[in-house]
Amino acid sequence: MNAAADRRDLSWWVDKVAQILVLAGGLSAIVFIVGIFLFIGREGAGFIFEGFSLREFLLSPRWTPTSNHNPTFGALALIAGTASVTGLAMVVAVPFSLGAAIYIGEFATGRGRETLKVLVELLAAIPSVVWGFVGLSIMNPLIVRVFDAPVGLNVLNSGIILGLMAAPIMTTIAEDALKAVPDTYREAAEAMGATRWQVILKVVLPAGRNGLVAATLLGVGRGFGETMAVLMASGHAVNLPTSPFDAVRALTATIAAELGETAEGSEHWQALFTLGIFLFLVTFTINFLADVFVRGGLPGRRRRGRRPVASANP
Amino acid sequence: MFEATARNRRNQSVEGGFRLLFLWMTCMLILPVVLILGVLIYRGGPAISYEFLLTPPTDGMTAGGILPALIGTVWLVVVALLASVPVGVAAALYLSEYAPDNRLTRAINLAIINLAGVPSIVHALFGVGAFVIFFRFGTSILAASLTLAIMTLPVVIVSTRESLQTVPRAFREACWNMGATRWQTIRKVVLPNSISGILTGVILEVSRTAGETAPIMFTGAVFFSPFLPQSVLDQTMAMSLHLFVIQTQVPNVPEHVPFGVALVLISMVLAMNGLSIAFRVYLRGRKKW
Repeated sequence: MNAAADRRDLSWWVDKVAQILVLAGGLSAIVFIVGIFLFIGREGAGFIFEGFSLREFLLSPRWTPTSNHNPTFGALALIAGTASVTGLAMVVAVPFSLGAAIYIGEFATGRGRETLKVLVELLAAIPSVVWGFVGLSIMNPLIVRVFDAPVGLNVLNSGIILGLMAAPIMTTIAEDALKAVPDTYREAAEAMGATRWQVILKVVLPAGRNGLVAATLLGVGRGFGETMAVLMASGHAVNLPTSPFDAVRALTATIAAELGETAEGSEHWQALFTLGIFLFLVTFTINFLADVFVRGGLPGRRRRGRRPVASANP
Repeated sequence: MFEATARNRRNQSVEGGFRLLFLWMTCMLILPVVLILGVLIYRGGPAISYEFLLTPPTDGMTAGGILPALIGTVWLVVVALLASVPVGVAAALYLSEYAPDNRLTRAINLAIINLAGVPSIVHALFGVGAFVIFFRFGTSILAASLTLAIMTLPVVIVSTRESLQTVPRAFREACWNMGATRWQTIRKVVLPNSISGILTGVILEVSRTAGETAPIMFTGAVFFSPFLPQSVLDQTMAMSLHLFVIQTQVPNVPEHVPFGVALVLISMVLAMNGLSIAFRVYLRGRKKW
């Protein structure tokens, strides 16, 4: 029996305390997510449990919270606004980001590849308020001139801006998904005489499919939640859009524009927090689905960013 | 011996065609942004001077400089870093050094993904509900910075975890074999070998925090304040909100002013980001193992 082996000296206690503190740090992420839901729910609760009708919220396009006689809280037009802008953004961004991811991941080599990756990373860093500013001051006159539209603040403008914003992020995630396909797959196909394009089309893309779906989902989530750019570039009219040249108002933009002018605790205030809960639930679902896809089918690899310790940075 | 058949040649040209197509797509992502940056520099450049950077706005924000907004952004970023870096590094240490592969770890990872994915305006609502109202910080730098800290926490966690995992497992095992506790190993071996990688992540977080607008709109940043903030309980101006305000809320602002503000903001953010990337490339080149 060695008495020293189970001696609980100072370093034993320091180790225990450190372990607890570090665990607390890990748990904080969960605490914050639950906290976000609870605190937003707390502000919105009065509305949800009293004047709230899910039917009106989801099916009525009439968002008139400041009406004196009969304020209505139908979010359909806002949802349609968000969906139209995000949809157009995805039409613009998905093909280009997947194409760019394939080029960077499969064709580019060495220095060119590193340079492109750095550039894409820098593009993702541009703040959304700057994108909104670009939509307002550069895209707006451009759209008026090119399409001869009366105003340039519409679905088209914010969709393009949002597409440019989401593309770098989707490119990065899609490229990670392609990188996660084991090289042995490529080598096996090349040994059979396949050209590089055949390898990509028949081997890499099918094997990385789940990751590519995840990249697209995260892009959709990003578009759904983008606030400042959509607030500044979409024209800000509560409206069910019928063409890309219609002005719309997004869910996020509504909160950003109205919260500052609303009395704390009023029905309108609570309705805005209810919009927040709705946004939270939708983006949570999208992120959860993306996570499921990331985990779903990448054989031999676990998560992005979780490489075996010793083999990092060859 | 080998003669290219018609089929080989066709395959070659198909491949060449797709290669060009994807290169074109990559360029289409990058070119518009380069053009936009060019326009910002061309039209905002003339507005920038020492006076622009070092004086407060005058004449109802249609003239003068941006000093209070610059100082305010520095306050917001510093307080947010003080709050989020310790928590983020602790979380990353847990995930990299302690976490077993169980449901709790999976839940933590999912929570981190969601913290990064929740819309910025939802973080703003949380900041209002929790810090401004519930904890009674009022609209203040403290409330705004804590909101920003929670929003950018995933940036610190993810980058710190990655740099912790570049430390080879053999380093840890060697230390454990000498009888060191887990914490002693972390403090004497793991952290010293990954500290510069962690720093890279912190710089990245600075760049994210400085550019955010929605989370600070209702929690601590104001349209205009003639004074510089004196404590964390004061309200403040901020660069990002200032750009929004002079572009959308203030009439008759001469056009070069918002372009100048946008140029300064984007230069700050891209400079921090570029610094972080350069640092990372330098570290990778210097790595000893």
